[in-house]
Amino acid sequence: MEHKHTITVIVHDKPGVLSRVAGLFSRRGFNIESLAVGTSETPGLSRMTIVAKGDDEALEQIMKQLYKLIDVLRVYDMPTDTAVEREIVLAKVHANANTRAEINQIVEIFRANIVNVGEDSMIIEMTGESSKVEGILKLLEKFGIQELVRTGKIAMLRS
Amino acid sequence: MRHEQGAAHAADGYARATGKVGVCMATSGPGATNLVTGIANAHMDSIPMVAITGQVGTALLGKDSFQEADITGITMPITKNNYLIKAAEDIPYIMKEAFYLARTGRPGPIVVDVPKDLQFKKINFKYPDSISLASFKPNFKGHPKQITAAAKLIAASERPLIYAGGGVISSEASKELLQFAEKCNIPVTTTLMGKGAFPETHELAMHMLGMHGTAYANFAVQECDLLIAIGARFDDRVTGHLARFAPHAKIIHIDIDPAEIGKNVGVDVPIVGDVKSVLTALIEKVGPKEKHPAWVAKLEEWKAKYPLGYKDTGELKPQYVIEQIYRITKGGAIICTEVGQHQMWSAQFYKYDKPRHWISSGGLGTMGFGLPAAIGAQMGRPDAVVFDIAGDGSIQMNIQELTTAVNNKLPIKIAVLNNCYLGMVRQWQELLHGKRYSHTDLCNNPDFVKIAEAYGAVGIRATTKEEAIKAIEESLKIKDRPVLMDFRVAKEENVFPFVPAGQAINEMIID
Ligand SMILES: Cc1ncc(C[n+]2csc(CCOP(=O)(O)OP(=O)(O)O)c2C)c(N)n1
Ligand SMILES: [Mg+2]
Repeated sequence: MEHKHTITVIVHDKPGVLSRVAGLFSRRGFNIESLAVGTSETPGLSRMTIVAKGDDEALEQIMKQLYKLIDVLRVYDMPTDTAVEREIVLAKVHANANTRAEINQIVEIFRANIVNVGEDSMIIEMTGESSKVEGILKLLEKFGIQELVRTGKIAMLRS
Repeated sequence: MRHEQGAAHAADGYARATGKVGVCMATSGPGATNLVTGIANAHMDSIPMVAITGQVGTALLGKDSFQEADITGITMPITKNNYLIKAAEDIPYIMKEAFYLARTGRPGPIVVDVPKDLQFKKINFKYPDSISLASFKPNFKGHPKQITAAAKLIAASERPLIYAGGGVISSEASKELLQFAEKCNIPVTTTLMGKGAFPETHELAMHMLGMHGTAYANFAVQECDLLIAIGARFDDRVTGHLARFAPHAKIIHIDIDPAEIGKNVGVDVPIVGDVKSVLTALIEKVGPKEKHPAWVAKLEEWKAKYPLGYKDTGELKPQYVIEQIYRITKGGAIICTEVGQHQMWSAQFYKYDKPRHWISSGGLGTMGFGLPAAIGAQMGRPDAVVFDIAGDGSIQMNIQELTTAVNNKLPIKIAVLNNCYLGMVRQWQELLHGKRYSHTDLCNNPDFVKIAEAYGAVGIRATTKEEAIKAIEESLKIKDRPVLMDFRVAKEENVFPFVPAGQAINEMIID
């Protein structure tokens, strides 16, 4: 069965470790949808959050192969129902005197922020779960999205 | 060695013959890239090896400098781990770690890339006493619960079969395998990599399974109700059509690498652990000799009905040559091979009773492996009789290493089964593509006897059975240099049984 999976990988912060992990996915025919890397609570260790879609069995195989990488300490598949998931998006949206009010309203409803306003565009920052992010982007589409940046999803198990 | 590929295969052959870590070294850039085939070969067959490569100086790294190649990047998918050293102080512990990783758990090759300026630095030498890596903790002991579950399945089985692979050899567990099989009276089939893990002259030996396995081994797999996979990985050359592999069997899978479990087939009882340790525990748990008289009788019947064989037409047949090598060496030689038909006949017609006597490129199937591997094996086992059974195509891929063998006075015996073809490919073209031969004809082969002589080795040609026997006997008398025997064998002989790729393994062409 094909599913979207959020995989957390704890790695030693060493040169090449990102390409080792990414290479494993591509070698085994998996497309990485998003990948976020940063330091973790332990100095010397980084946390990667990877979103990939694929066959459950094949994904299990990838996780086992990830475990075999010497620089990988831990791998787990984040269950969507017990994890807090966030993604940050910056969207530069076309805006003029006529549309600003409507955009403002959408931003408010979604509890997003306007972080920059220009002559004919504004930059909106949005943090949230993927579904929320998708929701606001859909509504903003009609104004014309000039540029879009997404951090990729990060996730943490609930306490 | 005369070519870096040869060096990598020699290190590999040394490791397979001795169980120790093999080492090869090469210069940066082209030297390092020439090792790549050999590293991939060791990776596929889980052979412990450390490859040390030179690299441009740290100041020149990443600038497309002369003879710079990103060898750690290139070898990432074909090594167990690799290192680009950034400080000379790191060299001692990285070297220790490299050897530790190469041989611990599932073995494999490690690359250590050393920039030139660091090679010339003086440091305070501090060598760690031991290595402990938080992120590398292979599980050696099988879980007791799983072992009990396996013992239960074994007790309940009426038609059990052991399928043993190279993991038995790397775990040095042949003795335990024999004890286990005898205690429960379970027949044993082995993979190409597992040859010698179980004595092939034993009455429970079913010999090799898979694409060119024996008919009786393949029938046994398809009929068994319990398949006990030990240090094996359900490779496509073994399983044939995966969904139709071992259709009636429950499966126990013992392997040190958890990633192998469930990779290709669903498993009823997985046991992650070192084969030797797991078998030792399992032997304790299984009851006194379970007899499976009907099953064993059926296998005996298949063995008698479908023996390995070939048609004696009076010509010199390649299988005959191997039978004679077996007879004359009394089964005691270390047999290295190249890749092709001669490799499969060497697997079929020489009987391996001991581990580390069969040295062949399994996973990668690398032509050109055999001669340098034989050099490594002979260096590691100076008193052994070492053969490279070669094809006329393969031998030309690393023939330059004849010089290395001559210079080191290595008495290796190179038996070229010269069929004037890339025989294995020709066989597929004959049987699967209507005999439309394409680029497999080697009728312009050089004179191998003259080549041997030019290198300072002994060259012998044999075109008849009598000459073949004489050549083999002659070769064994030569102790101070290599001998190349050019056996002019029947050209269009095929390897049987043959399971065409993608068929179920009982759908064999038997002859
Ligand atoms: C390096 C490499 N190139 C190509 C192949 C594909 N291949 C497999 S067997 C074979 C023919 C081998 O011919 P030869 O060495 O004469 O052995 P024979 O089959 O005739 O015994 C070829 C080309 C391979 N396995 N390895
Ligand atoms: Mg040939």
